[in-house]
Amino acid sequence: MATASVASHSDAAHDHHDHEHHDNFITKYIFSTDHKMIGKQFLVTGIFWAIIGGLLSLIFRLQLGFPDMDLEWLRPILGGWITPDGKLDPEFYLALVTMHGTIMVFFVLTAGLSGTFSNFLIPLQIGARDMASGFMNMLSYWFFFVSGVIMFISLFIETGPAGGGWVVYPPLSALEQAIPGSGLGMTLWLVSMTFFIASSLLGGINYITTVINLRTKGMSFSRLPLTIWAFFLTAVIGLLSFPVLFSAALLLVFDRSFGTSFYLADIYIGGEALPNTGGSPVLYQHLFWFLGHPEVYIVLLPALGITSEVIATNSRKPIFGYKAMIISMLGITILSFVVWAHHMFVSGMNPFLGSIFMFLTLIIAIPSAVKVFNYLTTLWRGNLIFTPGMLFSIGLVSFFISGGLTGIFLGNSAIDIQLHDTYFVVAHFHLVMGSASFFGLMAGVYHWFPKMFGRMMDARLGYIHFWATFIGVYLVFFPMHYIGIAGFPRRYYSWTGFEFSNMYTDLNMFVSVAAILTFGAQLIFLFNFFYSMYRGRVASLNPWRSTTLEWTTPLHPQHGNWPGEIPAVYRWPYDYSKPGAAEDFIPQTVPLSATPESNLPHEQELVKLEKEIIAEEEAVLVANESSKS
Amino acid sequence: MYGFLIAVGVLLLMSIIWMVYRIQTLVSVVKGSDKKIASGSNKINALMFVLFLVGATILMFWYSIKEFDNYQLPIASEHGEVTDRLFWITMAVTGVVFLITHVLLFWFPYKYQYDEKRKAAFYPDNNKLEVIWTIVPAIALTVLVIGGWKAWSDITAPAPENSHVVEILGYQFAWEVRYPGMDNTLGEHDYRLTSATNVSGVDFTDKNSLDDFTSPVVVIPKGEPVLFKIRARDVLHSVFAPHMRLKMDAVPGMPTRFWFTATKTTDEMRRETGNDEFVYEIACTEICGRGHNAMRKEIRVVEPEEFRKWMADQKPYIVNNPALVSDLPEELKELAEITISEYK
Ligand code: HEM
Ligand SMILES: [Cu+2]
Ligand SMILES: [Cu+2]
Repeated sequence: MATASVASHSDAAHDHHDHEHHDNFITKYIFSTDHKMIGKQFLVTGIFWAIIGGLLSLIFRLQLGFPDMDLEWLRPILGGWITPDGKLDPEFYLALVTMHGTIMVFFVLTAGLSGTFSNFLIPLQIGARDMASGFMNMLSYWFFFVSGVIMFISLFIETGPAGGGWVVYPPLSALEQAIPGSGLGMTLWLVSMTFFIASSLLGGINYITTVINLRTKGMSFSRLPLTIWAFFLTAVIGLLSFPVLFSAALLLVFDRSFGTSFYLADIYIGGEALPNTGGSPVLYQHLFWFLGHPEVYIVLLPALGITSEVIATNSRKPIFGYKAMIISMLGITILSFVVWAHHMFVSGMNPFLGSIFMFLTLIIAIPSAVKVFNYLTTLWRGNLIFTPGMLFSIGLVSFFISGGLTGIFLGNSAIDIQLHDTYFVVAHFHLVMGSASFFGLMAGVYHWFPKMFGRMMDARLGYIHFWATFIGVYLVFFPMHYIGIAGFPRRYYSWTGFEFSNMYTDLNMFVSVAAILTFGAQLIFLFNFFYSMYRGRVASLNPWRSTTLEWTTPLHPQHGNWPGEIPAVYRWPYDYSKPGAAEDFIPQTVPLSATPESNLPHEQELVKLEKEIIAEEEAVLVANESSKS
Repeated sequence: MYGFLIAVGVLLLMSIIWMVYRIQTLVSVVKGSDKKIASGSNKINALMFVLFLVGATILMFWYSIKEFDNYQLPIASEHGEVTDRLFWITMAVTGVVFLITHVLLFWFPYKYQYDEKRKAAFYPDNNKLEVIWTIVPAIALTVLVIGGWKAWSDITAPAPENSHVVEILGYQFAWEVRYPGMDNTLGEHDYRLTSATNVSGVDFTDKNSLDDFTSPVVVIPKGEPVLFKIRARDVLHSVFAPHMRLKMDAVPGMPTRFWFTATKTTDEMRRETGNDEFVYEIACTEICGRGHNAMRKEIRVVEPEEFRKWMADQKPYIVNNPALVSDLPEELKELAEITISEYK
């Protein structure tokens, strides 16, 4: 057996070795085709964008919490966007909101989350040497990088970045006369998003192909960890929905630059009647939300996958309802394509459509509910270890519940009349999408940091980071429900112009302070992350005593992941605390035949089959070897 | 000053983090707890979940009850009563689920925290449970949806014949209100006719427009159906009348509508809320540019008799500004002049 595996190693991994000798700084750290390095590139870039996106939000939170504050001290950074009397320019306020949304949704929670963990984990957990196409994978990162550079530049141009909200509805986004951000800023937004879409598609195609084709021996779909299921379905959603965003953006480009009227009709602006007729702004909304709604699941599903894995491992218990989890995710995947118009109940579309989308929307709440119940049951009678990853996962479930339940209000078109575009919606999606996915990202980083960098992050700083962030997030977003029920509209520079919203200045101040503190708490994470990268305790090979394949690689896996033969898989990934077993976990690589004491009746029957396969394999290997020598 | 304070704050925070970090690493090395599967912090974290549960629940109930009158805006329309009832029913249902799931989510960590002597239950699935918790939410949601669907169908049904029509036009950054006059029919409009004096682009070659008038305030009668015909002339806006529970986007090139019946006059509401300054308002809820947060319009709800009197007192566009009809074709001009003289 030993000789056999060595022989085939030098055979299969031959190319790699040739490569590695020539690896220089550029091919190793910059234009890398190693999925692990690309994952880390996505992560670090995502963290960079999270800091930018967070800082932007702090600026507009200052405006909302402390409208009378003198912001003169921001002039060195913001220049002319601070008015002569030391206030934030209202148009720049809108630009901040827009950039914050765009950056967080696309750069942090799509690229930073999916990009990091799909890249890092798919090959490691399915037992592959790398992605199906390392080159495409590299392109995916660099397209994302270019997209980011362009968006970043747009922050500094004279007319300001795009300012029409992250959904960039035309005509506002199409007409420079309507808001200065719709000039060059919007052009850059569109170019940047085009690169981003290309990046997502390149990544997505790769993830899908890799999961379908490169699973190691024995890794059937019914033995995939839920992380991989989640990444796989996320990629499918992205592949089907991002092209629609592209077409929406393309038509917008035509309207902006080539005089077409896809979205424009009967407009009188700046003292002038425009020639455009026959277009429909509502068409854009349909196209946008056809991506936009699936996008929220693109952001959330990977976080749910990570959570499933982390909760099972640290409960020392199989995830409850593995099949039900997969079916729920499949259900969410399919349904996420048929609920988009719930963002448009009062957009002027036919109310009959509203009824249809109300029914479809509330159906999607069911698989979400099932997932929550399954998480709860996984915790039930577990033996819970609160690693930072575990804490963040439990936090995620809490946010998913809180934010998911408010979805039931919003999905009801009659109730949505009042709540649409108020702070209630802001509370809803920041909890269910923003915070839940962010916690999924954090759970993933804490959990897989030892595999990424071979060192441990400090647990106690992790606990502090978790509690500060968890409490902070609730203090920031829970009060927004009250403000929303009171009717406070979104994207308002100030609410004092109206009698009905001329209150809650204290609550808004409170929210802003909480936001600043919560942001401050992220410095703990940043310190822990970068410090541990170089000075953290050296990790053991399987620090969480987990069953999945990535923990069978060396501490610092090279390009190719396993030095020898890729291990085969003999069981599902959730054999935790199996009755009869000595340890409270059995890795996927342990054959059933080696654990007769803990096999379940139906597994006992598989043992015979397994033995035959192993014997066959050995015969093949022996034959190979003798034919070569 | 602020810059200095912030710098000090950040510095302080950093040094605290650093100290905590150093101390606890040393402590954990001394105690050898970094070798254990679950260190002493496991207990603390487990306890924290329970504390969080209790603290957050108290805070939530306290604030929700204390602030109820502030965030619950008084309702002033018939359909608003219905949608608010749905809102609170949904709140009750989801509230129960919210509490139960969170009690479990935060109590389990305490109850089942790591214990070397215990082994977790190997409990991979239970189809009966899965079916139950698929079907129960499905039924609950169906009930909620059906309520919502009925309300939605009623609200979006065609307006009653006798509705009072009011046109609301959104533009950067204000609302222009147009009443159809005594014929209750708005005249045609064309965006190319828009000008400083003809904000709504009214087409005065249409006879129906001759008695159309504008008003700085939206005046409507209590107890009678009102139909808002909503337009935008530059970018998207959205008419939001929070007390009426009314919201509808204003879309360039595509007129939209919303009808409702007000249930309380402004005066009645002033008495009810004890606020002499109370007014109904319209705000814009679709981002539209610099002045998005300043598109305010007042609604005044009055008794029907008072409304009729007010209507009769209003002067059409063309009376206030005869220049609007100066270049009409001869016969129409005559008609217009008759209208003008009638109002004099
Ligand atoms: C229980 C299931 C859910 C239902 C029924 C639901 C329903 C809704 C509805 C109806 C809206 C539109 C509200 C409005 O604008 O008036 C909405 C907004 C939103 N939802 Fe959900 N939602 C659910 C879960 C989720 C999840 C899981 C996510 C993300 C992972 C999410 C993210 C969002 C976002 C980002 C928006 C706001 C978009 C915007 O206007 O900027 N929702 N949701
Ligand atoms: Cu949606
Ligand atoms: Cu507006």
